[in-house]
Amino acid sequence: MTQINRITNGQTNPDQRLEFTFDGKTFYGQGGDTLASALLANGQRLMGRSFKYHRPRGPLTAGSEEPNALVELRTGGRQEPNTRATTAELYDGLTARSQNRLGSLKFDLLSINDRLSNFLTAGFYYKTFMWPAAFWEKLYEPIIRHAAGLGSLSKIDDPDLYDKGFLHCDQLIIGAGPAGLSAALVAGRSGAQVILADEDFRMGGRLNSETFAIGDQSGADWATATVAELATMPNVRLLPRTTVIGAFDHGIFSAVERVSDHLAVPATGKPRQILWRIYAKSSLLCAGATERPIGFENNDRPGIMLASAMRTYGNRFGVAADKRVAIFTNNDDGHRTAADLHAKGVKIAAVVDTRPDAPRSGDYEVLAGAQVIDTKGRLGLTFAEVREADGSARTLEVGALGMSGGWNPNVHMTCHQRGCPVWNDTIAAFAPGKNLPVGMAVAGAATGAFSTAAALSTGAKAAAAQLRHLGFQPKPPRQPKTEDTPTNVTPFWYVQGCNRAWLDQQNDVTVKDVKLAHQEGFRSVEHLKRYTTLGMATDQGKTSNMGGLAIMAELAGKSIPDVGTTIFRPPYTPTSMGVLAGRSVGRDFHPTRLTPTHKWAEEQDAVFVEVGNWLRAQWFPKSGETHWRESVDREVIATRNSVGVCDVTTLGKVDVQGADAADFLNKIYCNGFAKLAVGKVRYGLMLREDGIAMDDGTAARMAEDHFVVTTTTANALPVYRHMEFVRQCLYPDMDVQLISTTEAWAQYAVAGPNSRKLLEKIVDQDISNDAFPFMACADITVCGGLRARLFRISFSGELAYEIAVPTAYGDALIRRIMDAGAEFDVTPYGTEALGVMRIEKGHAAGNELNGTTTAQNLGMGRMVSKKKDSIGSTLSEREGLNRPNDLRQIGIKPVNPADPVPAGGHLMNATGPVDAAHDQGYVTSAAYSPSLGHMIALGFLKDGANQIGKRMRLVSPLTGVETEIEIASAHFIDPEGNRLRA
Amino acid sequence: MHDLKPISALGGVSDTIGTMTITENSGVALASVAARMGGEVATKKALKKLLGDVPGPGRSQQHDPESGFWMGPDQWMIGAPMDTHELLADQLKTLLGDAASVTEQSGAWVVFDVVGAALPDMMERLCAAPVRTMVAGDTQRTVIHHLSCFVIRQNGADHVRILGPRASAGSLHHALNGAAHSVA
Repeated sequence: MTQINRITNGQTNPDQRLEFTFDGKTFYGQGGDTLASALLANGQRLMGRSFKYHRPRGPLTAGSEEPNALVELRTGGRQEPNTRATTAELYDGLTARSQNRLGSLKFDLLSINDRLSNFLTAGFYYKTFMWPAAFWEKLYEPIIRHAAGLGSLSKIDDPDLYDKGFLHCDQLIIGAGPAGLSAALVAGRSGAQVILADEDFRMGGRLNSETFAIGDQSGADWATATVAELATMPNVRLLPRTTVIGAFDHGIFSAVERVSDHLAVPATGKPRQILWRIYAKSSLLCAGATERPIGFENNDRPGIMLASAMRTYGNRFGVAADKRVAIFTNNDDGHRTAADLHAKGVKIAAVVDTRPDAPRSGDYEVLAGAQVIDTKGRLGLTFAEVREADGSARTLEVGALGMSGGWNPNVHMTCHQRGCPVWNDTIAAFAPGKNLPVGMAVAGAATGAFSTAAALSTGAKAAAAQLRHLGFQPKPPRQPKTEDTPTNVTPFWYVQGCNRAWLDQQNDVTVKDVKLAHQEGFRSVEHLKRYTTLGMATDQGKTSNMGGLAIMAELAGKSIPDVGTTIFRPPYTPTSMGVLAGRSVGRDFHPTRLTPTHKWAEEQDAVFVEVGNWLRAQWFPKSGETHWRESVDREVIATRNSVGVCDVTTLGKVDVQGADAADFLNKIYCNGFAKLAVGKVRYGLMLREDGIAMDDGTAARMAEDHFVVTTTTANALPVYRHMEFVRQCLYPDMDVQLISTTEAWAQYAVAGPNSRKLLEKIVDQDISNDAFPFMACADITVCGGLRARLFRISFSGELAYEIAVPTAYGDALIRRIMDAGAEFDVTPYGTEALGVMRIEKGHAAGNELNGTTTAQNLGMGRMVSKKKDSIGSTLSEREGLNRPNDLRQIGIKPVNPADPVPAGGHLMNATGPVDAAHDQGYVTSAAYSPSLGHMIALGFLKDGANQIGKRMRLVSPLTGVETEIEIASAHFIDPEGNRLRA
Repeated sequence: MHDLKPISALGGVSDTIGTMTITENSGVALASVAARMGGEVATKKALKKLLGDVPGPGRSQQHDPESGFWMGPDQWMIGAPMDTHELLADQLKTLLGDAASVTEQSGAWVVFDVVGAALPDMMERLCAAPVRTMVAGDTQRTVIHHLSCFVIRQNGADHVRILGPRASAGSLHHALNGAAHSVA
């Protein structure tokens, strides 16, 4: 197809012919085109269907504020919905499809909605789909979602990479239009570290869309020359294709750089986009302004667009929106479009100016005091109906109509920290308020100073002021002579009497919808937004908010500033989920922690389980074992009968040193530590300040002034953080030093009746029961001299040790243990067997220390020392935590050994109702005990200590389980503790 | 003399990607030193003698054979060649006595040397440390791929040393390589 609307003198490159497809049809564009400009060049005005009524739509704008021309770009895993054709940079091979249609773009079956528009008004869903309630999820919502969605997802994994990055600068300049470029020149020459970011692929902003000169150059040439000068400065970083999407605390901004979106496929290993976090000592917002449309009947037909967009297509892209155009304006700026296009040979049917004193701007007809009252054309504009000042009607035959309702400064970024814009009567728009984010200034059209001269001078001045504040000595240059037209606008929001006049083309919100909302009592602008959806979705109302506010103000008899604005929030423009995730996707979603035995365990075919970021061996299947229970039962039996070994490196290890180390532990543990002898380990229970159990573990006294504290795996970090808080904030006068050594040591539990015999082959010192009794600890050496630590502690209830060596030796040690233990059939066991054995022994773990339980509940009430003050001890004495029938940890076994005892089940009396009011307790941990041959469980039961032997029901109404159980001691195995002391 | 063979987290892996070379340095012994209450002056005096100077906040002291960096108030990490200083913690404890608490840290960290012309570009894809403006000896604790790391600007112009948690060495290495590819 030929580019029938391509006219000469654009800034695109005619020598670079780019082939692309839209809805399967092949087109050609030029280097420097956007998808929208290339389609318009080919006479393709129709680019999409509207959200609700499926009305045919073309581009309203030429920029990121676009509500209409949303397309799906690319295919397969790279398919991206809701992409604005007006910002999509054309490349050779681009594939684009229209979206939100049933059938083809020209014959959308859902355009029937447009005929039903009398029913589909504001609040339609709220009013219609109320009854019956059950229909919502199964019927209404799927239908609505299908009909009213925008683009579709491919549901294929995105193959591209996304990076995150961090930048630092003295000054971040947001927007590279005349104000931003002028500011960057001043800042760059001053030597400051400067970042200049612009969402466009070509810097220059409106300068590329206008024809007026700066000095003796065209604006676009001045922009090109300025960018070239900035590019030579090592202290200036130019970020084209980069949208600053949010202003956050402390001068931090986020920005998305589209590194590869203008390429068919990113280069190998290169990201598609980068999410930059920018630390800026100062920021200068030069975001420009957005033109406003005007509300009139059927103002949404393809071909009707903002007058400034029409000018951009003409001047920058060399594309006429049509051969015959008209302009509808309430200000002088609209006349510029007519003049520029007229100069390019486009036929100007008329400039329809609402102002009775409209100026003449060129050799074409100006209809002063006239209004466009309706349009015609099924898939695009063919006629515009005009009512002239004297009331007579006139029809203009045009293929494009430019609307100019004045300009709104882009204040969004000034409001990201709840700053409110203020009304400016001169420009009839909101301008930035005084309450800006810290370190921010605003320049150029974003302040409401719309002329090029004002942009250049305010940009330079604002930059210089900020830089001086930072200690630089900037020298603002003499500004070149350029356009300095005053703003001349008479507010005109919509044509009186119109109904289906579109305010928000993205959400199909009309003037009538806003009136209806007001009629139904919606007064707050925030409520108006939610009820009508005005200003929602991908364009966030950049072209529609003001129109809605103006109508609300008129209906309420208020001024626009009294009606107020909705709050602008980040992101400024739609942001892909991929770039928010960065590299943290799939397997790399979080970092993985590997234990020192990981490589060896892989060799043993271990099955791994995620424990936080750790991967721990869950069990070690042997050939022939078909079910995990077989492996786990074998590991438990082997350990209880001979010896097993388990990697317990993941338990937190905190090194506590200092003259007051023992006193410090006395504070963080509820039981006493001051008198613990050197060379001894003690079990310790930590309470929260409110008296609830926080974590348990052991503390080994390696020397008078040195303890090694262990924590549970899950709480390693929270406990260390807690201890640092206590050290720094509660007891800063204590001489105590803390450091985590969790990963510094490889630590293995060696458990079972033969554990001593095994370790005697490795440990260089005497570890007989006399020399190294239960709860002993020592710095030792192994294998002829390697420094190591040995603790005689037991989680399994067996004779057991934990042995630790520096991590680098962890692999060698596990292999040595397995070799030395071969004669005892030493068996590696994983976290499942570990869990079974601790349940058999009645040891509490995370399921019991669940954030609701106290020392009393855990049966450890007497551990809370009354002889000292420790964290949580006072509040643990609260009446409510010390009632006679409080929950107590107990054991549970089935009356019929074949019955299950599921974790999570609740305990009910043998007879009586099963409901929450009669709940007696609950099961926390359950396992099959290979030692006993039936399931066992731990749980909490009211007055549990006095209920041993009682028969009850264990119920789980959700899973349909009801089992007769007997309350037992939590210590199923060796309750006297003979084994671990052997 | 024992016969157990130590292994490093990643077997001393070294990759060259574009201009960047990322190498696991398994030859660094580490120990933390925290001055005890009242021992601050004695600790600093001993460290000054050992390192030539006592690094302040955000700084490291590059010195041979021992070097060190500031980790917190009156707290430093000391490093030295593993070949000669495997028992660094013991050696420091002998030197410092009751003036400071010393903890062996060799096994807790994986050490990467990242060298090459694209260093600042690569580092800004990894962490918030302002590597472009950091000079030799500047040291920052920062987050790389969710992992708490130390980033130390070395004397070589294009060289940083990164200390990260050893158990996550593989994840950290993957992140470093990914960033190197991004800027290659």
